[in-house]
Amino acid sequence: MKQEYTITVYTENQVGLLNRIAIIFSRRKINVESLNTSPTEVESVHRFTIVIDETEEVVKKLCRQIEKQVDVLKAYYNTNEEIIWQELALYKVPTDVIAEEVKVERLLREHGASAVVIRKDYTVFQVSGHREETENLIKVLEPYGLIEFVRSARVAIIKDSNGFHEKLKEFEHQQPREEVIENEYLNKGQTIFTM
Amino acid sequence: MITTEATEDKAAAAAKVTINITGSEAVLKALITEDVKTIFGYPGGAIMPIYDALYDYNDRLKHILVRHEQGAIHAAQGFARSSGEVGIVFATSGPGATNLVTGLADAMIDSTPLVCITGQVFAHLLGSDAFQETDIINITTPVTKWNYQITDPSEIPSVLAKAFYIAKTGRPGPVLIDITKNAQLQKFDYEGYTKCDHIRSYRPKPIIRKEPIIEAASLINAAKKPFVIFGQGVILGSAENEFKAFIEKGGFPAAWTILGMSAIPTDHPLAVGMLGMHGNYAPNVFTNDCDVLIAIGMRFDDRVTGRLDKYAKQAKIIHLDIDPSEIDKNVKTEISIWGDCKETLPLLTKLIEEKQHTEWLNEFRKLEAKEVEVVINDELNPTTEKLSMGEVIKTINEITKGDAILVTDVGQHQMITCRYAKYSKSRSNITSGGLGTMGFALPAAIGAKFGAPDRTVIAIIGDGGIQMTIQELGTIMQSKINVKIVILNNEFLGMVRQWQQLFHEKRYSFVDITSPDYVQVAKGYYISGNKISKREELIDAITTMLNHDGSYLLEIMVGKENNVFPMVPQGCSVSEIRLK
Repeated sequence: MKQEYTITVYTENQVGLLNRIAIIFSRRKINVESLNTSPTEVESVHRFTIVIDETEEVVKKLCRQIEKQVDVLKAYYNTNEEIIWQELALYKVPTDVIAEEVKVERLLREHGASAVVIRKDYTVFQVSGHREETENLIKVLEPYGLIEFVRSARVAIIKDSNGFHEKLKEFEHQQPREEVIENEYLNKGQTIFTM
Repeated sequence: MITTEATEDKAAAAAKVTINITGSEAVLKALITEDVKTIFGYPGGAIMPIYDALYDYNDRLKHILVRHEQGAIHAAQGFARSSGEVGIVFATSGPGATNLVTGLADAMIDSTPLVCITGQVFAHLLGSDAFQETDIINITTPVTKWNYQITDPSEIPSVLAKAFYIAKTGRPGPVLIDITKNAQLQKFDYEGYTKCDHIRSYRPKPIIRKEPIIEAASLINAAKKPFVIFGQGVILGSAENEFKAFIEKGGFPAAWTILGMSAIPTDHPLAVGMLGMHGNYAPNVFTNDCDVLIAIGMRFDDRVTGRLDKYAKQAKIIHLDIDPSEIDKNVKTEISIWGDCKETLPLLTKLIEEKQHTEWLNEFRKLEAKEVEVVINDELNPTTEKLSMGEVIKTINEITKGDAILVTDVGQHQMITCRYAKYSKSRSNITSGGLGTMGFALPAAIGAKFGAPDRTVIAIIGDGGIQMTIQELGTIMQSKINVKIVILNNEFLGMVRQWQQLFHEKRYSFVDITSPDYVQVAKGYYISGNKISKREELIDAITTMLNHDGSYLLEIMVGKENNVFPMVPQGCSVSEIRLK
């Protein structure tokens, strides 16, 4: 069954690696819904967060292909239940319409939005949340002349993850150890934190 | 000479003494420290500084000037396959680099260790559409195990050390290093060359886990009809002896993939032939009859498996591979043993019971007899007027006693050679397996001879493939290498014609290919040759070729519309293999 999976890839910071990872998807004609690159808690280690809609079998194979790349340290995949994720959206609307027809405060309250910029001619709101939440606000603002909308890629934290510091130490050993051999999932049932 | 160089370098490194050298010299010092002896290449504008430095290193590094960069990379592949060492290629930027792409793709899919060094325009010109500038890093990303662009000479020692380490460890593969002209020209403080033995993000092989090996052993010990299928992993891991010990202790019938061929002698009592589309009858049929299928160092290519949903469904499958991405990729396995088979096989051998599966092996022999009767007899002892490809291979076997390296191109002659060749030594069968690159054989044979100078190297090529890289006769001429070339000429692009006959109602669309007078062409390159078409000439012609001092081209006219059988038609299960 196809569903949304979030792939988290820990990598070296290497020019060209984005392409190497991207072509793993495009070669198999798989659409990437969202892709984000970011630093991590470990200096010099980068993190890709990739969202695709696929079956688990396909996602598992993709992760193995990604991990096979020389500059990739580790690739994980998770369902939406296993992660905390957010996307950031910005909305530009004419200030006069907003001021006259809707109460800005109400908008802010109901959609968890904050105003980033308020100018005479336009106002920029910001919302972070899941896809549905950011999409809802588009519908609300459209009648009031939404000028511009943009949404960021997904960033996600794996609930069960203990971060990458310890893992990296294992990778830095000359000789591989038992611990790094598990190449599939993080251990379940460890420190779980939710928002 | 070489040791002095290396010792000097080491001493310099230890004493933290730096010497001021150009990037180009650093490239050549790296090659010498990595024990490279042979480079296949072609100069050009953007790689001129390296070639200039090479002028002074001529006594330590042998450079073979090819006639086309594709020839250089196939030669390097042939070299790597016959010697087990890393093949080295030099090419210039732009067209020089893009001409490597086919060879890179071939080496990638056939796991051949290569380090290709390409020149690139000056760093300040990158992205400006400069003369002979091409984005070779992005072009080659999907067909290299790793690639990297060097724009600063100080990166050269560490990047080349990584390149060699990556190319030859784990599952081997091609690496491309692109070096801008300024990085080749500039001087920098060279601190010596240290070989790479660890990259934190790269795990060439894991330590072996005992659990799956114990499970696999108990599954194997309980098996009534165990069947071993093996690929090039056995050769790449230099695990031929470990593999032999394993099958001999367990008494398992063993079949090879096209690239696994020659890992054990073809006349080994447990050898049951080749798998796949044009493989042998018994191993294909019994893939769907065995109870435990033990796959070693192979990747379940579609040419081996046929229709996947009808592949070995009755069997419990054990897969040993060094590349974890191959496990469960095409065929779901019961037990997977991730690791280098040189390490995993002895552990498994220790745990399995000593057995003989005589009855089971006899079943293979029975089907083999049927194949001999229906297909092989006609191919090896034809009654037709025209020669068959099979009898040529049979004659070569008889004269060489299976000691030669056979390098094949792609098509019918390749399948016939791999079906009928006899090998007594490992690393004897060199062919383009995964990519199926026509034009591979001639340059690969040149490289194979440089990689194994003491062995006889025979290139067996069709009349289509020879015309794709025929210019490499020039390389043979200039390097005075001793390569025997057999052209099996059926005046057709035979494999395509066979498919058109079987699946496209004999609509022979553009498979009728004409040939030049190959003997005259060879003569033009000062290479001796002969052309025959009669059975009674065959033994003499091959003997003359093999006894000739130097390269020799032998064109043999064979039956025009012969087909390769057995055959697993596309979309069919391996057990639906057709004998005719």
